Amino acid sequence: MEQAGPIAAGARPRLPRGVRLTHNEAQGGWLLLAPERVFKADAVTAEILKRCTGEATVEAIVDDLMKAFAGAPRERIESDVMKLLGGLAEKRLLELD
Amino acid sequence: MSTNGASAPAPLGLLAELTHRCPLGCPYCSNPLALDPRSDELDAATWARVFREASALGVLQVHLSGGEPAARRDLPEIVKAARDANLYSNLITSAVGLTAEGLSKLADAGLDHVQISIQDSEPASADHIAGYKGASARKHALAAEVVRLGLPLTVNVVVHRANIARVEAMVEMALALGATRVEIAHVQYYGWALKNRAALMPSRAQVEEAVGIVERLRQAHRGRIVIDAVIPDYYARFPKPCVGGWGRRSLNVTPAGRVLPCHAAEVIPGLEFWNVRAHTLADIWRSSPAFEAFRGTDWMQEPCKSCALKEKDFGGCRCQAFLLAGDARAADPVCHLSPHHATVERLAGERADAAYAYRHS
Repeated sequence: MEQAGPIAAGARPRLPRGVRLTHNEAQGGWLLLAPERVFKADAVTAEILKRCTGEATVEAIVDDLMKAFAGAPRERIESDVMKLLGGLAEKRLLELD
Repeated sequence: MSTNGASAPAPLGLLAELTHRCPLGCPYCSNPLALDPRSDELDAATWARVFREASALGVLQVHLSGGEPAARRDLPEIVKAARDANLYSNLITSAVGLTAEGLSKLADAGLDHVQISIQDSEPASADHIAGYKGASARKHALAAEVVRLGLPLTVNVVVHRANIARVEAMVEMALALGATRVEIAHVQYYGWALKNRAALMPSRAQVEEAVGIVERLRQAHRGRIVIDAVIPDYYARFPKPCVGGWGRRSLNVTPAGRVLPCHAAEVIPGLEFWNVRAHTLADIWRSSPAFEAFRGTDWMQEPCKSCALKEKDFGGCRCQAFLLAGDARAADPVCHLSPHHATVERLAGERADAAYAYRHS
């Protein structure tokens, strides 16, 4: 994992095998499941992760989120996305191809 | 009691002991000394029902364990049932008795993660600890297969006196095998490990050195491999929050269907465990006497009762309190505030290079 620099806008993030986004009613919503780890995902995080399919670029994901969260400034969304993806990649919960 | 059933929190994890059968004889095995016989094992359809009930109760991850889970021929069916129930499945295997073809079937059935136990980075020592010649080579071969299939791999190493000097080499081994996670799990003294305590116990100096090495490696390998450590609690000042608190986060189903708050709970006398053959998992979680026995904090005595940490460590481990202090309601004697703490220090000092009493089934 190369985490030295910023994430490229053209990177196509995806959840690797063994990392899954799931919804569980009794746990009250969305969760990211990984080996021996569970992370609660708030609504924004879940919306970002649903788009990490390995097909969309980071740039396209931000564009798409602009539509989902109409009114939010692009820099804000972009910074949220980068922060989330960078943190997950460092924990090996995300691949950036 | 303090929670009274309905207000119990939703559990996150289920340890499914599919069988107590295992080809290995590790002297620190966490299985009880009295193993469930094969004839009592739950069938795959019952496991499937248990998984559905677990998911509805809030369980997110199921740990398919044993014994050696691959000793069950219907393992692919059980893995598929976990997936169908929307559970994240983690196979905890010795790798002995699981072929590459068998593993591929499990991957196809939706398996999410594989954890392989490796006894040492030195093959001869690893085989000696496992009580099985050739075990180490088979584990390395299966680890390669896990990585080839694209499944995430955790290497679990149980640490004790015979291998504690090689903690760094074992982390390097996990990296070389392509693991994304390694567990450096110091022996916890229950079941077979308790029986072999004197032969397994490292010295305080060895433990402190190992803990320091793990801390250094964790920083050095950040982003490459996750290093999780289970601390050796005989040398601790504070107890571990055992299973995240009794009846708070996880449950354990034995091969014969008894539901336990933790895998060692049956050592505590007088607890009444319910069986999935007779009750739903939700009923057992909320209302069975064993789960209610130590839920919350009402059961506590001093020094726990007035302790500022009682909601953090829950007084430590109930089984250890019973085993070392003779009272399951006492503070875990690992805690420096326990009147029995000196006993733990004395027991840690009882070290002898005796032959292992290998686990047998």
